[in-house]
Amino acid sequence: MASAEEASRPFAGLSDVSISEEIPVEGDIAVPVGPSTRDDEFSTLDEPVKETIVRDLRAVGNKFIHVLYPKRSSALLRDWDLWGPLLLCVTLALLLQGGAADSDDQGGPQFAEVFVIIWFGSIVITLNSKLLGGTISFFQSLCVLGYCILPLTVALIVCRIVLLSGSGNVSFAVRLAVVTASFGWSTFASTAFLADSHLTNRKALVVYPVFLFYFVIGWMILTFSPGN
Amino acid sequence: MFSPTLIILTRYQEQLDILELKRTRTRPVSEMAVVHPQGGGAAVIDMENMDDTSGSSFEDVGELHQRMREEQEVAEEAAAADADGADDFLGVKGLKGQLGRQVADEVWQAGKRQASRAFNLYANIDILRPYFDVEPAQVRCRLLESMIPVRMITFPQKVAGELYGPLMLVFTLVAILLHGMKTSGTVIVEGTLMGTAIGTCFGYWLGVSCFVFFLAYLVNAQITLLQMLSLLGYGLFGHCVVLLVTYNIHFHFLFYGLWLLLGGLSTLRMVAVLLSRTVGQTPRLLLCGSLALLHMSFLLYLHFSYHRILEGQNRVGGQDWSVDHL
Repeated sequence: MASAEEASRPFAGLSDVSISEEIPVEGDIAVPVGPSTRDDEFSTLDEPVKETIVRDLRAVGNKFIHVLYPKRSSALLRDWDLWGPLLLCVTLALLLQGGAADSDDQGGPQFAEVFVIIWFGSIVITLNSKLLGGTISFFQSLCVLGYCILPLTVALIVCRIVLLSGSGNVSFAVRLAVVTASFGWSTFASTAFLADSHLTNRKALVVYPVFLFYFVIGWMILTFSPGN
Repeated sequence: MFSPTLIILTRYQEQLDILELKRTRTRPVSEMAVVHPQGGGAAVIDMENMDDTSGSSFEDVGELHQRMREEQEVAEEAAAADADGADDFLGVKGLKGQLGRQVADEVWQAGKRQASRAFNLYANIDILRPYFDVEPAQVRCRLLESMIPVRMITFPQKVAGELYGPLMLVFTLVAILLHGMKTSGTVIVEGTLMGTAIGTCFGYWLGVSCFVFFLAYLVNAQITLLQMLSLLGYGLFGHCVVLLVTYNIHFHFLFYGLWLLLGGLSTLRMVAVLLSRTVGQTPRLLLCGSLALLHMSFLLYLHFSYHRILEGQNRVGGQDWSVDHL
């Protein structure tokens, strides 16, 4: 091996000592490289940053459209990414924090709380789905659950706009309707992607935790009241 | 895999000997020069010679190493190499360079292999897979059965060892608690609503299960921890129903009635299972009494701590007028 040859340099004085031929001291330390054509196709290291960002944004936007019109397609599963869920989670947490920050004793959700609930909830649902015999991978499931928070985020924005005009019974009814509709939409969208990977008779077992998860997020949105 | 190491060792040995013989021409030749195997290319090292720690020869070897170190490496590497245990083991103390690096590499590989083996063993979620192997019909049956106490206590009753139902029930209880906390305007001074709800429910489920399992272990009852977790988890179904109803319909007598009825039924079911698996009057009393007490008082606690009945809610110009009534 090459390391033996390197080791022999300190012992330069022993140049007359020879090694028997049976011991293999030759080898190849070249790192195995894949076919060069594949490398050239996927090498995105040299492109300008603007191109990378635009491409990623376009992928995220494409997945948003798939969530808003959930039909059975594998786009969300095939090219999964976690940028969209992160964006939605941060938006949700920021918007939910604005209200309760003023009043200390409100006990409303803090930024870290929302963040932890969304990610911890997604992980629990993913683990549950895998333990029930699901065929999609861990990150694909996280991706689907994260992207399906989009309707609830839209509902939160609508609720905040409605709250600007007052917080009476009418606004509560409107908010309730909006949040319920978006919660149903989220659950339906995620089951369209997740439930396919399970046996037909276990769909209910997989859907129920998703229902609970979006219910809790919907509850956080509905009970949000801006601090006065 | 070890042949390069052995080659290096043989060559090193030879150089040691040559330098030794040159230096110690006026002194008696040390044992190492006499006994070591001659010639290069030998794949076998006589390790007894390497480990020779008798006074004179070791000092000689030490001086030799010192000279070699000064010739080759910088001083700080020599100080670090002195502390290397792997080098000490082989008896060639303080050799930095290829040998040390290779040994460190071997140690790293072995450690990485062990760590990945431990990770695959303990972080493998497939360990939990058998406990989630249920059908919706089974879950539905078990939910309903958790409210029906079985009369036969002479024969150990069957307890399903699954975790899906209990886990989902705990999460449902968390969701119901949140709903109840928010609609009643509960004020949590330290901590957050979500954290409190999750901590309470999971703490009860895991903590009381472990405690009752510990008691069962003391009184020699035939129940495993998994069965206890499953039993208590399904026992929370009654709690969920009672709280869901009473957080929305605020009548005291309704709550007390439901507490006795549904809470009592689920407690009786758990007590009956435990009775069928315990022998002796006092152990039965201890085990079942403590479980009944904890289960019923948990429902009381959930109702009264996280919920204040709002009466006379008037909204005047966006403000809530409410009277707190316990």
